[in-house]
Formats: sequence, C-alpha cells, structure tokens
Amino acid sequence: MRIKMKRDLSALVACIALYLLVMVLMETEVIGSYWQLNIVLICINIILAVSLNLITGFTGQFSIGHAGFMAVGAYMSAVFTVKLGMSFGAGILAGAGAAAILGFAIGLPTLRLQGDYLAIATLGLGEIIRITILNIPYVGGASGLMGIPRYTNFTWAFFAMIITVFFIKNFINSSHGRACISIRENEIAAEAMGVDTTKYKVIAFTIGAAFAGVAGGLFSHYFYIAHPASFTFMKSFDILTMVVLGGLGSISGSITAAILLTFISAALASYPEWRMVIYSLMLIILMIYRPQGLFGNKEIGLKIFSRILGGGQHGAAQNK
Amino acid sequence: MALLKINKLTKEFGGLKAVSNFNIEIDKGELIGLIGPNGAGKTTAFNLMTGVYEPTSGQMDFDGKSLLGLKPYQVTQRGIARTFQNIRLFSDLSVLDNVKIAYHFHVKYGLMEAVLRVGRYYPEEDSIEQKAMECLKMFKLDDRRDEIARNLPYGEQRRLEIARALAAQPQLLLLDEPAAGMNPQETHELMKMIRWIRDELKLTILLIEHDMSLVMGVCERIYVLDYGSIIAEGTPSEIRNNPCVIEAYLGEEVH
Repeated sequence: MRIKMKRDLSALVACIALYLLVMVLMETEVIGSYWQLNIVLICINIILAVSLNLITGFTGQFSIGHAGFMAVGAYMSAVFTVKLGMSFGAGILAGAGAAAILGFAIGLPTLRLQGDYLAIATLGLGEIIRITILNIPYVGGASGLMGIPRYTNFTWAFFAMIITVFFIKNFINSSHGRACISIRENEIAAEAMGVDTTKYKVIAFTIGAAFAGVAGGLFSHYFYIAHPASFTFMKSFDILTMVVLGGLGSISGSITAAILLTFISAALASYPEWRMVIYSLMLIILMIYRPQGLFGNKEIGLKIFSRILGGGQHGAAQNK
Repeated sequence: MALLKINKLTKEFGGLKAVSNFNIEIDKGELIGLIGPNGAGKTTAFNLMTGVYEPTSGQMDFDGKSLLGLKPYQVTQRGIARTFQNIRLFSDLSVLDNVKIAYHFHVKYGLMEAVLRVGRYYPEEDSIEQKAMECLKMFKLDDRRDEIARNLPYGEQRRLEIARALAAQPQLLLLDEPAAGMNPQETHELMKMIRWIRDELKLTILLIEHDMSLVMGVCERIYVLDYGSIIAEGTPSEIRNNPCVIEAYLGEEVH
C-alpha cells in the first residue's frame, strides 16, 4: 500500500518538474503566445475529458451533456467575479458548486435511464441549460457575458488539472470507485453485491459535473467572455471524442487524447473546414482498428514513460 | 426461530401466477434444496427474496425483520447474498477486484478520506485486500488473482461467483443452479465445497438445482416447486418416494 504513496509522490514531483519546465519555456518565450493559449486549452480539456471519463468510462453512464455543466461553471464563476466582485478562487469554487448541484438535481431522475435513453436525456439537458442561459438577460443573453477579467493563466489551469486528475484517480482506486466500476461491469450483479447503484451513479455524475464547472470557470476567465455558443452539444461531442479516443476507463488515455486532439485542432486552425473531416476520419479509423480506444481501460504509468524516454518529464500522464 | 420465513408469497405477471402461495421456513445452519421442473418458478422465487421483483402479496421475514419493499442492495446488506443462474461476474475486472467489490458496503471510510488518502483509507484498503485474498484462497483461486474474470475457465467462474457472494459476509447464501454446465467430477467437488462452506462458515444455504445427485447428496431438506407452489417438502428420501413429486417430474401413472 505504501507503494501507492511513493508513486503519488514521484508523480507529483514529475508534475512540478513539468510545470517548471513549461513555465521557463514560456518566460523565455520559446513557447509563443499562440501555443501558450493551446497549453491552457489542453489543461482545460484534460479536466473535461477526465471528469467525463468518470461518468462515461468508469461508471458506464453515457452522457453527452457535459458542455452544459461547463457552461454553468463558466457563467456562475463569471457572475461571482464580475457582478459580485469576488476573487477568482471563490468564482471557480462557486462554478464547481453550481455545476455539482445541477448535476445532482438532474442526475437523480435521469440516471434511472439506461444506454441510449440516458444519452438522449443528457443531450437534451445540455441544450436546455444553454438555452436557459441564452434567455437570461442578467448574464448577457445571446451576446454573452462580456468583460470578464483574464484571471486564468498557465499556473491556475495546470494545478486545477493536477487536482482533478488526482481527485478522480484516487476516487477510482477506492472502494467507492470500485462500486462505480462494478455498475459499468454488471449493474444487476453490483446491486446483488450490496452496491447502492443509484447513489453511486449520482455521485459520479455530481463529481464529473463539478469538475466540468471548474473547467468552465477557467475557460471563461481565459477568453474574457462567456458565450452560449461555446457550450453547444458540439462541445459535448468534442469532450466525448477525447474520452472515447483515449479509452473508456483510462485516465491516462483521456489525458493523451486531450493533448492530441487539442494539438490537432490547433494545427488545423488555418483550415477550419478540414478540422471536422480529419476528426471524424480519425475516429472511424480508431473504431475499426481499436474499438476500445488508444489505451483501452489500461493506464500508462510514469514507469513506462521513463523507460521510453529515459527520464520522463511527462508528469501529466501519471496514474495509480 | 426460523432465519427465513416466507408466508403465502405470490407474484403475478399480468394474468400469470409465476409464484403462488409459496411457503418456506429455513432455520439457521440448514442446507436446503429447492427443486422443480423447468418453469416452476424457482428463479422467480429467488428474485422475490432478493428484491429484484416485488411480490404481489405475502410475507417474507429474514432474521425477524420483513424483507418486503427492500431493494436488492438492501437485501444484500441485511445478509442475503446470491449467485446467478447465468454467471454475472464483473467480467472485465481482475479476480481480486471482483471479490473486493463485495466488501464495499462494509467500508467505513468516506469519499474525502479516499480522495485525500488519509484516515481510515490505508488501513481499511489493507484489510479488504487481505480478506479478499483469504476468500480467494478458500476457493483455490488465489493464484489467479490478477487474471481477468472473463478469461477463467467455466468452473472457476462459478467458483469465483460463490467466492464473491461469500465475501459480502452473508448469513444466508442463495445459490441459483451452481452446478449448471459442470461435468460430474466438477459437480462432485462443488458438492463437497458447498457442505464445507456451510460447516466452516456456519452459513445457511438455499440452493436451486437441476442435478438430482447434487441435491439429494448434499441437502438436508428439500422443497419441491411446481407451477409456482410448493407441492412437497421433506428429506431427500421422502422426496424421492413422494408420489406428487414423481408426478410433477414424470407425469401421472397410467392405470
């Protein structure tokens, strides 16, 4: 057991090393402002993908309304900082809290549904959230909430990401996490083993929603604006793509896929019409040759990275 | 006092009475068989006991308290664990994790303790792992701990399912056709194992079985179910000579 703690510590050290490295590269302007933006986006996308993986990959509840929770976080945190003049930290926490409460309230009735029914319900739900926001003049309605200060920087995004990854990794490697996984594996058997399946589905949904809220808060405070058009179901699909690409039930897979897809869309930014074509081609090829995703439900650890690279600055891909 | 007492339990699916007037009484430490022809309602009876179905009418008392209206997980937490006729393992998980999940509702550490890995997390995880290994050792599956459950041979999957049910630390174990698909040799070993579990762990066991040699060989008392109601009850030799039972299985004698 103590090995776990040691691994956690070495992963943390690697993370800090990675942070310092990127920080130095940013300060010395080796990484320009365009890639800085993408690195922050990567961190936000990792938070989104890992939190959705908890719901869809580990607990097996197919959800395509993740952008809705992100929107709630984005708006709530912006309301806290812009309208109420609170600090950024309080804003992020408020965004996470609001998304969690909503996730709980919505999860309780909808998680009785299974498979495609749940997918449709969550799809509708994401749209309901977006359209509700669109019709609230207090937060700017269709033109969005403007004038949000840029509080998010690499440090915030990076450490929020690390907290998310550690939180979800530790949750999954506990008895509570095993209860969630057992629901994915066989709901009837899980129930017969004394697992309160409704409770754990709702817990997973709430935690996932909360971290989507954090990501939303970081997002709106990076781009100066919270706009309903950023949180359409296309955004939900983007996140789902990352999770499926990386492997349902693999945190390191989600991280890798988030990095990969963010880079690809950044590289394709000058050909926006080709972006979705390449995206879908990639998915089709992956589904044919590797239906379980890049990593399946396996985790890639620091060990493998250090073996491959003989050192390993790749702290972002640590795991259990 | 009876550990499990079921009185006039009835379940109707629309117009079909799957189980009607089902009465059963099991004392602590007994090893009881429930037999009956195909479609007699044996598995429905199990599903009623474990809360999968809600009975139309009747009473069920376990350990002096009613089981009516409980959800399956609550029934398990009360102390009734079961296995399934068609194996339902967590097939993509390791053998060890399959068993670990059964300890879930005994775990006391909270969510934050798990996430921060403080407090009771490490001690309890250690003890779960230890108990799970002991449980696997009992079923001679300890050298398979890291195997993915779906890759086990059929007989071992059956054994793992029983091991997992026992890991939930029940008072009453319900086995739904544990010998289904096993060869005579495996059935014989299973028979020995079931008796050993009962004696060693001081459990009460109720099993559904088609294999007559297993039921007759291992059970102390047998209930016979036909068309949803109990038609006979008694020791194996009584059941063997009971005309009602022979009729249910073989049809009426020609005069």
